[in-house]
Amino acid sequence: MTESILRKNRRIPFRIVVEPRLSEPPAWYPAVISLIAIIIALFIGGLLIELAGGDAVRSYLHIANASFGDIGVLSDTIVKATPILLAALACSVAFRMKLWNIGAEGQFIMGAFGASAIVLTPVLPAGTSPWIFIPVMILAGMAAGAIWGFIPGFLKARFNVNEIISSLMLNYIAVAWVNFWIFAVWTEGGFQMSTKFPENSWLPRLLDYANIVPLFRGLTTHLGLLIGIVAAVILWFVIFRSRWGYEIRLIGDNPRAAKYAGIDITRNIVLVMMLSGALAGLGGMSEVTGVVHRLQTSPIAAGYGFTGIIVAWLAKLNPLVIILVSVLFGALILAGREIQPSGVPKMIQGIILVCLIASDFFLRYQIRFERVED
Amino acid sequence: MDFINILQAGVASGTVLLFATIGEVLAERSGVLNLGVEGMMLIGAMSAYSVAVNLGDPWLGVLVAMLFAGLISQIHAFIVITLQADQVVSGLALTFVGTGISLVLGEGLSKSGAVPLLPTVTIPLLANIPFIGPIFFTDQSVLVYIGYMMVPLVWYYINRTRPGLHLRAVGEYPAAADALGINVFRMRYLYVFIGGMLAGLAGATISLAVSPGWFSELTTGGQGWIAIGLVIFAQWDPLRAALGSYAFGALRRLILDIQGPSVLFGLANPFYYNPYWGFFLQMLPYAFTVIVLVIGSREAMRKRLGAPAALGDPYIRGERGK
Repeated sequence: MTESILRKNRRIPFRIVVEPRLSEPPAWYPAVISLIAIIIALFIGGLLIELAGGDAVRSYLHIANASFGDIGVLSDTIVKATPILLAALACSVAFRMKLWNIGAEGQFIMGAFGASAIVLTPVLPAGTSPWIFIPVMILAGMAAGAIWGFIPGFLKARFNVNEIISSLMLNYIAVAWVNFWIFAVWTEGGFQMSTKFPENSWLPRLLDYANIVPLFRGLTTHLGLLIGIVAAVILWFVIFRSRWGYEIRLIGDNPRAAKYAGIDITRNIVLVMMLSGALAGLGGMSEVTGVVHRLQTSPIAAGYGFTGIIVAWLAKLNPLVIILVSVLFGALILAGREIQPSGVPKMIQGIILVCLIASDFFLRYQIRFERVED
Repeated sequence: MDFINILQAGVASGTVLLFATIGEVLAERSGVLNLGVEGMMLIGAMSAYSVAVNLGDPWLGVLVAMLFAGLISQIHAFIVITLQADQVVSGLALTFVGTGISLVLGEGLSKSGAVPLLPTVTIPLLANIPFIGPIFFTDQSVLVYIGYMMVPLVWYYINRTRPGLHLRAVGEYPAAADALGINVFRMRYLYVFIGGMLAGLAGATISLAVSPGWFSELTTGGQGWIAIGLVIFAQWDPLRAALGSYAFGALRRLILDIQGPSVLFGLANPFYYNPYWGFFLQMLPYAFTVIVLVIGSREAMRKRLGAPAALGDPYIRGERGK
């Protein structure tokens, strides 16, 4: 398709030719395109904020100040980025195989539930050493998330059930499930939250070491960040350096070729959904034991699973890039809590995703201006 | 607990799903999967309620809701039809954008007082039919009757008219439709727009008729996603879409009402005495959606029926057809 899409206009001595790229664009090109897309998205978002009666410039300056202004807020930004990082890793591995797991939110919530069950049932007594508590809670969170990912994976593999809808439906079920437990069983005085976890089940935070390093005073960055970064590095190796990762990428790019190469697609659907669920569950575990310290729906089911979708896409599904992008979105969410109207961060996230998808066009096509010769 | 009342309210509640599902059926029949239904419904619910609050005219609210949601749907249309991007991600993005915009513009709307709602109507003779009359034709919102009329009309349109034939051709084999002189791009834009308008209508049905008000994201509570699930169950057929929608509407009402009475069928009502069991009832619509998907998908495998062949694929002129 090399013909011009816009017809020749006689009055203007140029015409615009849109044609498919034949060669790969240079390595910096996708990043620049994404950056331009984000700038355009922020501009559109600003226009909408103005239309809704807000002050766009002040909102954006506020976001920058309230998230990167000093080391204290930077730490808060990183705390917000941690659950996004793990949720985005979860989405990225499934999306890599073109499995549209949009149930990371539910798997995240179930991960928080699984970890909480260890403390609240209690499986381990309150006085257990953190060296035992935390690994057990990590495993429980990952297992609960993996089970929640297994359901849509199995239904897809066995009955060809659309995983988009089934995984999304499980989000709502997860919220109702956790609500039942925090209202009926583990409630603290009838409020919609569980009792507080004992301190030795909390993930260690920087402020715990303030007596050694005075700089850490008041910083709430917790072990979850390290867990997330380690998970990202491991996932990078799995995707790009392992045989399994090669299978996942091949199925995503060309399922027919994968089938003829003898790769078991059904099995991989289930496994990848479970891996995806386990990563999201790890995020829920990290949030409940690192930040909230009790099971409670509103701060846990705050949409990290959905933000993860956008972050994964923006990072082009690359686990290492996801680390950086998560921090940006952590900032947006952290600062966004104080911006009026309250829907602004959500709206900006949506517009960013729209602009990103639209910008992919420029990776696949190139646009030339051509002089029209008479 | 009166079952007639529950079914009557269930039909009204099902009308929401009906509009959204039929809209999505039309869009998907043209080959465009639009996962933005939830976002478009929120746009519709917010704008309908907002117009009714500020201008006092619910009908104007319905009109604005349909136009606004239709307009928002064109973002998706542009991205997937003209820019040929992935329909799944673009649809998700549309849901985010629709949700975000409706939250921003709907700020403070939940605190507004009484709002003029759409009128309810009882059809004189039909309401006297035993059982059916009180359920379908008594004290229903005008929109419910529009829903009844829409189902056979859309079925007839898709299956028995020339433009309906073109619609199916565009969704099944766009290259052949193009060769016949049908403008594939224009048709797809049009049906995504119609789908968006119907999703907006569904939203307006919630906020101005079925459960009046604006409760931010809880206004729709995932009904847009349930509608997308129902499209698969319905096998892209408006008649089955109606069946599924009304069944789900009745289920929603039943869940709300079953917790009310202390005595159920002469026995102590467990949901009355254990209010927390209500959380399990809340799961039911979502669990049933998954079950209904399994049924629909198995049936599709067995009968070798399925989605419109070109669903999800961008049409690129001059590229070899599949």
